[in-house]
Amino acid sequence: MSNFPFLSVLTVAPLVGALVVALLPRHRPELAKQVAFVWSLLVLVLSVLMWITFKVGGDRFQFRESYPWIPNWGVHFTFAADGIALVMLMLIAVLVPLVILASWHDAESSKRSVPVYFALLLVLECTMIGVFAAADVFLFYVFFEVMLVPMYFLIGSYGGHQRQYAAVKFFLYSLVGGLFMLAAVIGLWVVGGKTFDWQALSQVDISTGTERWLFLGFFLAFAIKAPFFPFHTWLPDAGGAAPAGAAALLVGVLDKVGTFGILRYCLPLFPDAAKWFAPWALALGLIGIIYAALLAVGQNDLKRLVSYTSIAHFGFIGVGIFAFTTQAGTGAVLYMVNHGLATGLLFLVVGMLIARRGSALITDFGGAGKLLPVLAGVLFFAGLASLALPGTAPFVSEFLVLIGSFTVNKPVAVIATVGIILAAAYVLWMVQRTTQGTLNPALTEVDGMRRDLNLREKVVVAPLIALIVLLGFYPKPVTDVINPAVQATMDDIGRTDPAPSVGTVQEAAK
Amino acid sequence: MSELKLPSIDYAAVAPILIMLGAALVGVLVEAFVPRRSRHLAQLTLALLAVLAALTMVVLNADDRLITAGTAIAVDGPTLFLQGAILVLAAMALLLIGERALERGGAFVAQAAVTAESADDRRQAEGASGATEVYPLTTFAIGGMLIFVAANDLLTMFIALEVFSLPLYLLCALARRRRLLSQEAALKYFMLGAYASAFFLFGVALIYGFTAGVPGRSSGVDFATINAAVTESPASRVLLFAGMALLAIGLLFKAAAAPFHVWTPDVYQGAPTPVTGFMAACTKVAAFGALLRVFHVAFASANWDFTPVLGVVAVLTMLVGAVLAVTQTDIKRLLAYSSIANAGYLLVGVLAPSKDGLSGTMFYLVAYGFSVLAAFAVVTLVRDGDGEATHLSRWAGLGRRSPFYAALFTFILLAFAGIPLTSGFTSKFAVFGPALAEGRAWLVVAGVLTSMVLAFPYLRVVVMMWLSEPGESTPTVAVPGALTSAALMIGVVATLVLGIAPAPLLDLATGAAEFVR
Repeated sequence: MSNFPFLSVLTVAPLVGALVVALLPRHRPELAKQVAFVWSLLVLVLSVLMWITFKVGGDRFQFRESYPWIPNWGVHFTFAADGIALVMLMLIAVLVPLVILASWHDAESSKRSVPVYFALLLVLECTMIGVFAAADVFLFYVFFEVMLVPMYFLIGSYGGHQRQYAAVKFFLYSLVGGLFMLAAVIGLWVVGGKTFDWQALSQVDISTGTERWLFLGFFLAFAIKAPFFPFHTWLPDAGGAAPAGAAALLVGVLDKVGTFGILRYCLPLFPDAAKWFAPWALALGLIGIIYAALLAVGQNDLKRLVSYTSIAHFGFIGVGIFAFTTQAGTGAVLYMVNHGLATGLLFLVVGMLIARRGSALITDFGGAGKLLPVLAGVLFFAGLASLALPGTAPFVSEFLVLIGSFTVNKPVAVIATVGIILAAAYVLWMVQRTTQGTLNPALTEVDGMRRDLNLREKVVVAPLIALIVLLGFYPKPVTDVINPAVQATMDDIGRTDPAPSVGTVQEAAK
Repeated sequence: MSELKLPSIDYAAVAPILIMLGAALVGVLVEAFVPRRSRHLAQLTLALLAVLAALTMVVLNADDRLITAGTAIAVDGPTLFLQGAILVLAAMALLLIGERALERGGAFVAQAAVTAESADDRRQAEGASGATEVYPLTTFAIGGMLIFVAANDLLTMFIALEVFSLPLYLLCALARRRRLLSQEAALKYFMLGAYASAFFLFGVALIYGFTAGVPGRSSGVDFATINAAVTESPASRVLLFAGMALLAIGLLFKAAAAPFHVWTPDVYQGAPTPVTGFMAACTKVAAFGALLRVFHVAFASANWDFTPVLGVVAVLTMLVGAVLAVTQTDIKRLLAYSSIANAGYLLVGVLAPSKDGLSGTMFYLVAYGFSVLAAFAVVTLVRDGDGEATHLSRWAGLGRRSPFYAALFTFILLAFAGIPLTSGFTSKFAVFGPALAEGRAWLVVAGVLTSMVLAFPYLRVVVMMWLSEPGESTPTVAVPGALTSAALMIGVVATLVLGIAPAPLLDLATGAAEFVR
């Protein structure tokens, strides 16, 4: 079983599903939904098998496959996954079926083809899996760019208010970042002796000046994608306009490509430049944490609010990565997973709320919990997970990031902690204004507000809640997978964790 | 000079050129003797057969590496590759030109000289049968281009330039609709083209003067002599630089590089759309073929002298094309500015003096030619009662009315924007990679930055087509005839295939990337 080409099959399978769904007749929307859902479940099953096959403590990169593509340029279809990629692939495989289920009726309100909507979701899944599974820089770049196309149409064709503006802004921001990266990719190819293989490139010595420029090219693309302050302005627009399911994938997975890229490409390929730029990256992360949290407090649009909370969380992830300790790095990767679950859940629940009310404005709600007790409860839980309450999964990761960075850089950790307080403010205030307090009389006149969660929606939220609680109490299965990969990344940049009390071998050698 | 000796000519090697020019002459006879009803079919068949025959000869000559007809014609890898490219793209353009299903009498009028807006003119526009002279004209132009990329001395190059330019000036004036624009385009192209030719000729004269006095060599304008003169000539370098500059002006004019680009939007807009496609694809191949040969063979040793200047031209071209494309409201003008920007990217490839740079540039030319022809094929389809609807606002909501063609056009636009899995991406990589390897990082950075700007106008069209609601005035897409369909599908499939599996063409280009000197 360990020789099964998991990664290439996982990448191609959703694409095949997308073709099947797209070819279904337009007047059979139910069939399209069912096929898409079943297909995404198959991908999930395959991913679970892959997870089981993955040898914890084995090679850093597993499931390696390589086929020649463009021999003239040394481009290969090379797939390989380390622990970080593996957990992200798992996250995608879990989220996509839930998003499909949650988006069951989303496409119907838009007058556009329903099968195409679900086909686009599957195409998006293909590109997302590809981007995490690629171990060839060229292949990674291809998926990184192509990913924009399905998302662009999901936002632009099926989104809400201001969807055109948001879709174009999303596309242009990402494309600009991508083109900077293209220049760096070509540069890396030239200095690396015309190969794109990640492992070969990570052995190449690059002169300091060149390394810094190449780092910047990659980092800019990832900072826009993630997004870090000050490249974040596209996310609230895109997140606000995208249909809830697509928004959950956008924030839950797509943006992780940025932080994943920093871990996989910026740090191991340009270790010295990464260390040189680290203070700047930390500063961006900190500003993001505070600034986005403050903006989130002031939002009146639910989806935009959730988008801003994500930017704050990405600040945490950035701090975790650039602290250069194993704890903080593990925390950052774990945060990527947990944030995908928690914010994914929050987006989906908010989407259910908005679909019922027909409005995304917080002021249009008020006391909704009296009409929709279960939905309000789930929203509250998602909010608590999002503010990293102990017992929920994000707490573990946030805590790891904070202690990991405290050991090396106390001021950063202290400032980041302020973000936790602000998180409580924006989440609790949002929950209070929408579901608590006196009932807004206008709500009783809206039909949708009398229907609490139906079975389909319960099936959507239940696995996410279960996972958040489970990983909150017992994160070991995930951290076991992540830890060696993060350790290897830290080795690549030549940083060792500061010893708590006794000196380590390396320190003794100095 | 005691006696004149006739140079020996390798007729097989120059056969593609002879076939095209011969076919053009036969086409003139067909025009005179074949009855009017069957002329169109006869001419189209003749032209396509000639292209096919010439292409066959190019393939049969594939291993030729020689200089023939004295030193006038060089048949080597780049010549054959570019001749093949011109012929394949010309065949697609001929399919577009031959389309008669979209409009009664086709996209061309019989008499270009009729006063615009006169009664005669209106009758002509209403559906008088179109001109079939377009076929011999096009065939002449193709023949001229085949010589242009094979020319091994500057005089042959000048003659080839005229042979392919003059028919193009005429073709521009033949649009069935919007006659005034078409006539203006032709006149503008002709005037500016004449100036460019004059510059070129003046440059030839100066270079001839520069080659005098090299020990052991008589002066001349063939490339080997020039190359020797660049390193050995006792004459003033001013002659060389002035000559190079004037030659470059002539060639960059044809290539539509800034600041010699001003004719491009007007001519692209005014010319009949199939001819615009022909110019955008084939003229570009020919012009860059000549540029490559002049700067890689004749002036190779003056690399350090021309690179900074041409580099500035390249940056300016990319910048002008990208920035002005943003403000366009007419799809043909937008594509014109996009073609200017692409000329800039191609110049980046020209300025990478390596085998990879040469093969990358040639790859780019082919890939771009296919995409741009497909783009103009779609433009011919989007029409209303008054012919093609080229104003962008008219394209709003096209994705709803005609999802299939809108999807094809979207794909072409994504290719222009350089999204991976399209030839637009692989071809950009093919020129930027070698340029960076040769230390031209500033050109690559400029290319990347302008690509960002250029993405915006393309995206705007995509938004128009898909995300806007169809308005009252949204035209429908005419159902294309078999010819346009064929050209469109060839272009789209080539754009896809060259994006996903570029290796075979890259191999071909790499194998061909060696000039005979």
